[in-house]
Amino acid sequence: MPSYTLKINGQARTINVPADTPLLWALRDHLDLVGTKYGCGMGLCGACTVHLNGAAVRSCQTSVSAVGNTPVTTIEGLDPAGQHPLQKAWCDHDVPQCGYCQAGQIMTAAAFLKQNPAPTDAQIDDAMAGNLCRCGTYIRIRAAIKDAAKGGAA
Amino acid sequence: MKTNAAVSRREFLRVSTLAGGGFVIGYAVPGTAFAQAANLLDDTAKQFTPNPFIKITPENIITILAKNPETGQGVKTSLPMIVAEELDADFSTIVIEQAGLRGDVGAQFAGGSRSTPDNYMRLRQAGATARTMLVEAAAQTWGVPASELTTDKGKVLHAPTGRSLTYGQLATKAATLPIPDEKTVRLKKEGEFRVMGSRVGGVDNPAIVTGQRLFGIDQKLPGMVYAAYEKCPVYGGKVISANTERIKKLPGILDCFVLEGTDNINGLKPGVAIIGTSTWATFSAKRQLQVEWDESGGVGHGTEAYAAKAAELGKAGGTNVRNDGDVAAAFSAAAKVVESSYVYPYLNHATLEPQGCTAWMKDGEIRCWTTSQTPGGGQDLVSKTVNLPKEKVKLEFVRGGGGFGRRLANDYMAEVAAIAMRTNGAPVKLTWTREDDMRHDCYHRPGGYHFLKGAVDAAGKISAWQNHFVTFGFKSTERPASGADLGLDELPARFLTNFRLDQTIISTMVPSGPMRAPRSNALAWVFQSFIDELAHAAKRDPVELRLELLGEDRQVPPGAGRQGTPYDTARMKGVVKLAAEKSGWSSPLPKGEGRGIAFHFSHSGYVAMVAHVAVSKDGNLSVPEVTAVCDVGPIINLSGAENQVEGSVVDGLGAVWLQEMTFEEGRAMQSNFHDFPLLRINAAPPKIGVHFIQSPVPPTGLGEPPYPVVMPAICNAIFAATGKRIRQWPITKSDLSWS
Repeated sequence: MPSYTLKINGQARTINVPADTPLLWALRDHLDLVGTKYGCGMGLCGACTVHLNGAAVRSCQTSVSAVGNTPVTTIEGLDPAGQHPLQKAWCDHDVPQCGYCQAGQIMTAAAFLKQNPAPTDAQIDDAMAGNLCRCGTYIRIRAAIKDAAKGGAA
Repeated sequence: MKTNAAVSRREFLRVSTLAGGGFVIGYAVPGTAFAQAANLLDDTAKQFTPNPFIKITPENIITILAKNPETGQGVKTSLPMIVAEELDADFSTIVIEQAGLRGDVGAQFAGGSRSTPDNYMRLRQAGATARTMLVEAAAQTWGVPASELTTDKGKVLHAPTGRSLTYGQLATKAATLPIPDEKTVRLKKEGEFRVMGSRVGGVDNPAIVTGQRLFGIDQKLPGMVYAAYEKCPVYGGKVISANTERIKKLPGILDCFVLEGTDNINGLKPGVAIIGTSTWATFSAKRQLQVEWDESGGVGHGTEAYAAKAAELGKAGGTNVRNDGDVAAAFSAAAKVVESSYVYPYLNHATLEPQGCTAWMKDGEIRCWTTSQTPGGGQDLVSKTVNLPKEKVKLEFVRGGGGFGRRLANDYMAEVAAIAMRTNGAPVKLTWTREDDMRHDCYHRPGGYHFLKGAVDAAGKISAWQNHFVTFGFKSTERPASGADLGLDELPARFLTNFRLDQTIISTMVPSGPMRAPRSNALAWVFQSFIDELAHAAKRDPVELRLELLGEDRQVPPGAGRQGTPYDTARMKGVVKLAAEKSGWSSPLPKGEGRGIAFHFSHSGYVAMVAHVAVSKDGNLSVPEVTAVCDVGPIINLSGAENQVEGSVVDGLGAVWLQEMTFEEGRAMQSNFHDFPLLRINAAPPKIGVHFIQSPVPPTGLGEPPYPVVMPAICNAIFAATGKRIRQWPITKSDLSWS
């Protein structure tokens, strides 16, 4: 079985998995980083969103062999202390209901705010439209992103 | 809001495992009053009982047990808030401990919006009893009368001398005191509440936003293996043969075998289990699985066939199931008669976390880490499935990524338990693919067909209502399937003199069951839409007509010989009036925009909703604003409560706008979110106004009541905007364009 050394949250981690293993399952089953979630396996729901070199990607659609040396950031590594402005805003606005999609929502929003630190409502909707929330917490997701943007997201 | 407190909460969790001594208060065992159970406490004072409900250590760490499963409805936060209120503790410093299934805390389930009403008084009594004992401990310590003492945020205070002691300092002494009689324990009065009615963030939020291990799918145990399970695409189909030998040879695969299963559609269904060293190995192998199935049970069963049959049966008339007054006479005397038919589809629950479970068969007992909404039922099912006595089936509750009624079924528990018997003692995690989840919902919201006839008299009042409901029975034409019954007393029953219901049942093999506000989630759409049609026929304002229908302020008992809650018309009219007021009901809107109203009583809650929609000339729908007014009595957690209502609006809008399950030859045709879409953020209303009327009654639940009104409010608004009446669900089947 091929061996891959991935740069995950600033650390080099080596795993032996088949080349077609999606990054999602490598993270969850082999690297014990379970914050990244499985929802659809088709890139439709966004629950598995991580950053590849700062860009939001669907880890269920990204094979381990395609990652190479590109740095990967997961929800666990978004902020060392769990105090990213979005994480704080998510708590301040009490966004989660079941909470299953929220790591993916935060990862998409974090990449987006880096590109666009002062988004309009419409831009937030566009950026977040790939992330499903079955509980329907969208109103709070919008509010939390706006708050985090005001507070100067990293 | 709660970030810092929550961080300290996690630190407390680590400390609490080391702490000894202190004060523990037990909790009612099933079928006993709290006071009886409290007798156990003399023992618990000396040795911790197996059922600590409130635990206070000498180090002043206060732990409250969250007794019910959490799937996103917020009870892991709100139920402990009730205890903390009467205990008079600082909620932000409390450690919340999730219970597993245990025999000593009363019923543990998450359904029917029952968590709050079923636990409210018991939890208050538990908190107040503990507080009373802590006060008594202080009184004895200081040699002062208890009547001179007060409590505040986890401390007992003696104002005359300025002394104070923390609950932790008093815990060991309190543990030696007799339990006060329940009748002598003073509960707080309205106006004294500090925790209840406030806004508290979910206790798991800090763990959720940092991606900690929380959910069913996140569980990991030493030496754990992974499993996938393939079932027949046709409901109830059996395995004839499978290429298990070939699958066993695939990389990362440890075993592959057929499970014969049972006929229980909510239990262990026949299928092929694959065990491997990772989820991906099992998912990959599943795609190479070749199974010959017995699909004969599905022949002739499909959405089109059902629709054709329903159209034919609808004309024929059905079995009369309720007949008040004389509809025929009222129709002859009517000023206007309206006839309409409505059709709605089966729906999938589509929890974002697919079904799954982790189990470990070890030393003669099986332990499951489950997201079940009915863990007691899950224990029974596992016990029967693997032939172990119930006491050998132990359950831990882990957070469920959405419930909505799907996890009231425990089929995934039966599957993992059967698989766990064949892993040579290794723990095993079963994960369903999204496709498994979409194709094997054993609790679908059932579809249905309504053939309605209504009349308005010369005075513009509704004078007759007749409905022939063509519904589904599970392999039966005699008995409606789960969630598919008419609810003979559902609104507007009780409020119309001439009211007739007939029913015809189509036999299906597609399973159904409860989904969020079962029955009401479909019936309210039909009935509140049809009331709107009658209002339009009578040229009446839809709000005014509804208020007239409800009549004087009074209690309206269930129909003769029926069981149910009396309707309080004052509460019902209260929510309708406030929804009209808050939404600006009478203010004019431009062409192509409209407002629609609906109200309903469901799961003990009174809810009215006004939707404001905009439809472009070419038929594109958007929903600028929704106003919801709920009366479920006092609100425990204002933030969580608003979140449930906002979520209901988004959920209901997505369901009625976009969703349907269809079937062909007994199999589901949808498989993932491309063909069974959920509403996305860019289609969600920019504004959802949530208002509560907190009537002075015991509080009831909020997971379900706000949901059924969403669909009719939206569709009534579309009519107001375009003149087009939506009688077919989902809305995407209708052309909304106008000129």
